[in-house]
Amino acid sequence: MALQETPVILPGHDFETVTETIAEIPLSRRFPLGWIGIILVALAGAGLLQMALGYLVLKGIGLWGNNAPVGWAFDIINFVWWIGIGHAGTLISAILLLFKQQWRMSISRFAEAMTIFAVICAAIFPIFHTGRPWLAAYWLFPYPNTMGLWPQFKSPLIWDVFAVSTYATVSVVFWYVGLIPDFATMRDRAVSRVKAIVFGTLSLGWRGSARHWHRYEVATLILAGLSTPLVLSVHTVVSFDFAVSVIPGWHATIFPPYFVAGAIYSGFAMVLSLAIPVRRFYGMESLITMRHIDNMAKIMLATGLMVGYGYAMEAFFAWYSASPHERFMMWNRMFGPYAWSYWALISINVVMIQLLWFKRVRTNTTLLFVMSLFVNVGMWLERFVIIVTSLNRDFVPSSWGMYYPTRWDFMTFFGTIGLFLTLFLLFLRFVPMISIFEVKTLLPQAKVKAEH
Amino acid sequence: MAHAPETSSALHGVMAEFDSGQALVDAARQTMAQGFTRVEAYSPVPIEELNDIIHKKRTVLPKLVLGGGLTGMATGFVLQYWASVIEYPMNVGGRPQASWTTFIVPSYELTILFSALTAAIGMALLSGLPQPYHPVFNVERFSMASSDKFFLVIESTDPKFDQRAATEFLKGTGAKGVYDVAE
Repeated sequence: MALQETPVILPGHDFETVTETIAEIPLSRRFPLGWIGIILVALAGAGLLQMALGYLVLKGIGLWGNNAPVGWAFDIINFVWWIGIGHAGTLISAILLLFKQQWRMSISRFAEAMTIFAVICAAIFPIFHTGRPWLAAYWLFPYPNTMGLWPQFKSPLIWDVFAVSTYATVSVVFWYVGLIPDFATMRDRAVSRVKAIVFGTLSLGWRGSARHWHRYEVATLILAGLSTPLVLSVHTVVSFDFAVSVIPGWHATIFPPYFVAGAIYSGFAMVLSLAIPVRRFYGMESLITMRHIDNMAKIMLATGLMVGYGYAMEAFFAWYSASPHERFMMWNRMFGPYAWSYWALISINVVMIQLLWFKRVRTNTTLLFVMSLFVNVGMWLERFVIIVTSLNRDFVPSSWGMYYPTRWDFMTFFGTIGLFLTLFLLFLRFVPMISIFEVKTLLPQAKVKAEH
Repeated sequence: MAHAPETSSALHGVMAEFDSGQALVDAARQTMAQGFTRVEAYSPVPIEELNDIIHKKRTVLPKLVLGGGLTGMATGFVLQYWASVIEYPMNVGGRPQASWTTFIVPSYELTILFSALTAAIGMALLSGLPQPYHPVFNVERFSMASSDKFFLVIESTDPKFDQRAATEFLKGTGAKGVYDVAE
């Protein structure tokens, strides 16, 4: 009895109820009041972003607080933060698929949506940091231009362009492929002609024939197999932006795995921050069960512990390297002017996370929701600590300086959160938020006995 | 009844409806055992057995993806080599122009990009998608094929096809309903 686990989806569902529960939301004509309320707030945030970016383009990037010696600040902190958040979506949809973890099916769709929207928010920062985003094309992409310029392929920054743009493209493709059979379901259930045409077009005329499904399953498996090394490479390459330099605190071999673990950790926190309110608001408790919440909390704990190990190793390397600059960097992190951020991040990512050892915490959704928000803050602080405390006091004391973000930095950051929420709410309203056909494969109706 | 040849010429086939994946698989086995060759099954969820029973062939998609991936890798490497060694050489700390280790990451990413696009686009094109019209959609009940019903179609192009015989045969496989599919 003790070994019995909560089922992946609660009993009482058949094909029809699964279709009904999920497809009803995008097909209904209702816009729930709660949804309207939240999207108004989110749109206000997106408006803030538009204002901040518009003014930035007019005035130049001097609006932001980063300046020598802290040449990288909110732009790269937020970029890494958003990209990291995206990683959980790919982990759920690709890596857990390869491991045949059936519980992923209820959460993969919106975790992937989260990935795409997070990557969009991430991309805004480096693109606008170029100051003239309309010229960014020839700085970032190798395309023949009249000046005969080509990107510097020996730089991790250009690797990052390739990694992130591939990640964005493959995530969108994987997500769309996953949606095709569900779009067909929406097409067949749509009452209004407009919706039938829109969903019919999006479904590409999917019929669910044996040939279709066979190729589809092969393609999905290949995409999962490709996304797995891709997602691991993305944050690895992001960490190269730091690790390939010679700045104390950045030049560390532990960076790639440490960044990947941190990315998955923050990503699962974001999935929980979204899943907990969504399942309650839309009454999805029978499809996104306590089993999902519990499992996600466990992954958060595991990756959180890896991140904690990363912090320990950073301190150890600083001491063991015997380099005075490395040692000073660590001292500066712990006791320098930004010490508050270091200790805040330790208390969240190392201390608070230990609560997840207890099942009572992992199954208390309210507490878990609050904790997941804290983890998001903690991971943001981690990037702040890595970037700002390494740059503000480097080798020569005469070049030390403090970094203070300006109101434009904050407006841009909170603006991207608004944009993210706007996109996510539109997704919840207009696209089936859970994969209908995948959840059905969990039901007995879909099971076929082997030939006797 | 006297016009049987005319109606069958405008017929895509005969469609049977089932309630479960198991019933569909059983019916598909019987149909193939009967010697029909132009058969297609439709289901709301993937059922691996159906392709093995009806089509027997596995898709060439994995080979295409391998080709796509190798093309991506070559594209990435050649692009970087050409840009950094031939077209726009730049001395960075005295390192060799053709320092291939630094070319690994973009080549790797393009390998994945090209493979993934091949997998997705290949899957759609091999399946003949996008295809806005198909005769099976003429059957009203077929809208349930994406919800909770399972369908089997014997197509009129089958050499053994005879409308009345096929209908009778499908009724005998335990179908909940048998419908003519207009072309």
